[in-house]
Amino acid sequence: MNTIGITSYGAYIPTARLPLALLDGAQPRVGGPEKAVAGFDEDAITMAVAACGDCFPTFERSRVDALFFITTSSPFAEKQGAAQIARALDLRPDVLTADMGTSLRGAGAALAAALDMVRADPAKTVLVVAADCRLAPPHSALERNLGDAAVALLIGADAALVCEQDVAASDTLFDIWRAAGDATLHSWEDRFNITEGYQRNTAQVLRRLLEKTGTSAPQYRAVACYGPDARSHRALLTELGFSRAQIVDPLFGRVGNCGAAHALLLLASQLHALVPADRVLLGFYGDGAHAFALRCDKPMPRPPRDVSWYLERGRTLPDYDSYLVSRQLDTAAAERRGGDGVAATVHYREREATTAFIGARCRVCGTGHFPPTRVCYRCYSKDDFEPLRLSDREGTLLSYTLDYFFPSPQPPVAAGMCAVAGARVYLQLTDVEPDQLRCDLPLEFVFRKIHDAGGRPNYFWKATPARAPREVSHG
Amino acid sequence: MAEGLRNKVAIVGAGCSQFGENWAMSAEDMIVEAAYEAYADAGIESPQRQIDAVFCGALYPSRGSAEVAESLKLFDRPVTLVQNYCATGTDAFRCGVMAIAAGLYDTVLVVGFDKPKDRGVSGPSVVMNAVRGLPMTPAGWFALCAARYFDTYGAGREDLARIAVKNHHNGTLAPKSMLKREISVEDVLSARLISWPFGLYDCAAQSDGAAALVLTRKDLARGFNAEPVWVRGVSIMLSPNPQTDPDFDFLGWKPTRAAARDVYRQAGINDPMRELDVAQVHDCFTMTELLTYEDLGLCARGAAREHIAAGTFELGGELPVNTDGGLKTFGHPTGATGVRMLYENTLQLRGLAGARQVSGAATALSHNIGGAPQACGIAILGRE
Repeated sequence: MNTIGITSYGAYIPTARLPLALLDGAQPRVGGPEKAVAGFDEDAITMAVAACGDCFPTFERSRVDALFFITTSSPFAEKQGAAQIARALDLRPDVLTADMGTSLRGAGAALAAALDMVRADPAKTVLVVAADCRLAPPHSALERNLGDAAVALLIGADAALVCEQDVAASDTLFDIWRAAGDATLHSWEDRFNITEGYQRNTAQVLRRLLEKTGTSAPQYRAVACYGPDARSHRALLTELGFSRAQIVDPLFGRVGNCGAAHALLLLASQLHALVPADRVLLGFYGDGAHAFALRCDKPMPRPPRDVSWYLERGRTLPDYDSYLVSRQLDTAAAERRGGDGVAATVHYREREATTAFIGARCRVCGTGHFPPTRVCYRCYSKDDFEPLRLSDREGTLLSYTLDYFFPSPQPPVAAGMCAVAGARVYLQLTDVEPDQLRCDLPLEFVFRKIHDAGGRPNYFWKATPARAPREVSHG
Repeated sequence: MAEGLRNKVAIVGAGCSQFGENWAMSAEDMIVEAAYEAYADAGIESPQRQIDAVFCGALYPSRGSAEVAESLKLFDRPVTLVQNYCATGTDAFRCGVMAIAAGLYDTVLVVGFDKPKDRGVSGPSVVMNAVRGLPMTPAGWFALCAARYFDTYGAGREDLARIAVKNHHNGTLAPKSMLKREISVEDVLSARLISWPFGLYDCAAQSDGAAALVLTRKDLARGFNAEPVWVRGVSIMLSPNPQTDPDFDFLGWKPTRAAARDVYRQAGINDPMRELDVAQVHDCFTMTELLTYEDLGLCARGAAREHIAAGTFELGGELPVNTDGGLKTFGHPTGATGVRMLYENTLQLRGLAGARQVSGAATALSHNIGGAPQACGIAILGRE
């Protein structure tokens, strides 16, 4: 019997919300439509790390054999995001990593590949993570519908949600695209995009999937399907015979169309509610379409923070300028910082500490150190340390400052001394309001962009107020 | 224990350039101003013949030790550049004192200088060649003690402000200081924030400047013009970086505590509050001066606030601190600062400090702390 499918998941939606009223120059109202916006220190890579991190409280990270990263908004034109994510997550060095970028339906291909790898047994567990923070030209119609998010799925046997069948179709048309070197998306006329692109392709794969599985629309508990906007999404699925109760809320007005991660975010929003024997349809669109029929075999392990938790915790941006700053769309902040940035050799030597946030624990006296050091601060033992992963631990804020002098898109920079696992670490804080800062504040750690010096994103970890109780890590 | 440096070396000449944004002065100009004032003070007429060795302290020199050798045309003798964070000037002085005490030279010139105002930035440089340890701003580093100290002892921004007000007042009485302007507690509290809890007036004025001292052996000291001032002790201590030290308590700084123990032992001082008459302490930020009162043992832990309120450290108080305005208003050319403090203490001990003179001063302390901070230098001078 086929038991291969989704064994665990994690989702991530950034904190900031842009009220859509601000796009029209109107006064936002409480509870009005909004979209999720990544912070200035976030991108597809950092959001992917956050989503993956939430898979691990219920899963041993060293068991991951492959990692596929799907995005259309990688900060790099040449350089693998998956390898950086794998290092940040402290996965095994022999993990197979690949980016499946450039298409909105890349997650479908990654999911199919992951399932095949597990079926054919070169891998027992594959991590599939999709993340997007796509940019539309400021004040364009497209801008209103886009949002930022990431979703990670662990694929393996004995799954909670088994993949029964999938159907793919390839097609090419210029409905939405971004040429190499462009910062923002382009699109053709909406009516063409919807009828000839989205609806024709997606309807075709969903119909073929129903035929292939011998099922009909009413047999499905939920249909989680990509949508470019609320209206065409509803029109497509209603036409196919799905009722309002079956159609998963596409989260327009709350998150927005989060690109390569959109269909997976809708799926993730339903996972806690599924009971054994429930059937779910998952639909991807982009340069063709891809659909999956899924069957719940047992309850899905609940991540420390599910989609509804992220939806609840929004922080509303006060004005449109704050949004431009957070996405670095204002010309002043987009100016690259001078210099060569971090030397590639330094980055290479320090990648365990800087990317994976691994310190050292003295084997003799147990004192934690960050960064790793050769001679112990307390007992002076030399070269007698074991690695100490700090990224998934909780810490406390010992003391702090708000630095107005250091250049930042959103000054002041909150910085503080953190105690974690017996080590002291000096870190920036993010997703924090100045009035939240106090001595002894409980903290957790998030992978973020520190700056663009040298004309490239430079990543390290930041502290943030502990968000929700995490379960004990097996990792 | 080794016998130490007490009363083996004398300062017989002291000089200091104008401190400030010396747009029209080069490092050479300032070095020459300071050194020739020290020569004149000592009665040195032929430095090329009379100076045996030179120890320089500077953090931003473009030409290293040659900057001083070329400026003063002191060649074919040892010229050494010393760096030790903000304790650079004090360490250059210590090297001179040690060399004389070891019997290597008769007469040594110590020059501290820096010219940070050629860099085109109003504060310290912003570092972007790292991702860890950012933001790397001195204000941010030194501010890290404040939140925890305030929580523990109930002090606040007003207490820090009174230190800035005191140092601004003292600076108006020092002819060579950079800033000569009285300010109020309200001015300090309403200024723009640099790194909480530090506003603009909690931060020292980065400036250009140079200071110089002529040192000689005990038995030669009476042969110079000026009344000798005796070196009773000098100490440099390095302690763990507070950003990685697993035992750091945020209530004071280990290098000051360590250097104070060492220098008080050298100088035979048991009760610093009673035995010291005047002190110049590192006030790169107001909080630094506050913590230093306690780290030097001038008052109990947590008691700085009461002493600030009582005026203990003001001119006319029980122990005047930063009589020339300190780093805050005299200026802070990093390598020069320690030597400038020794210049001020030399004037105080000779009774030549004018309107800011502490009457009858016989024992004087100077203190620098720098880095994250992890380096401290302390020197104690005496009339006898």
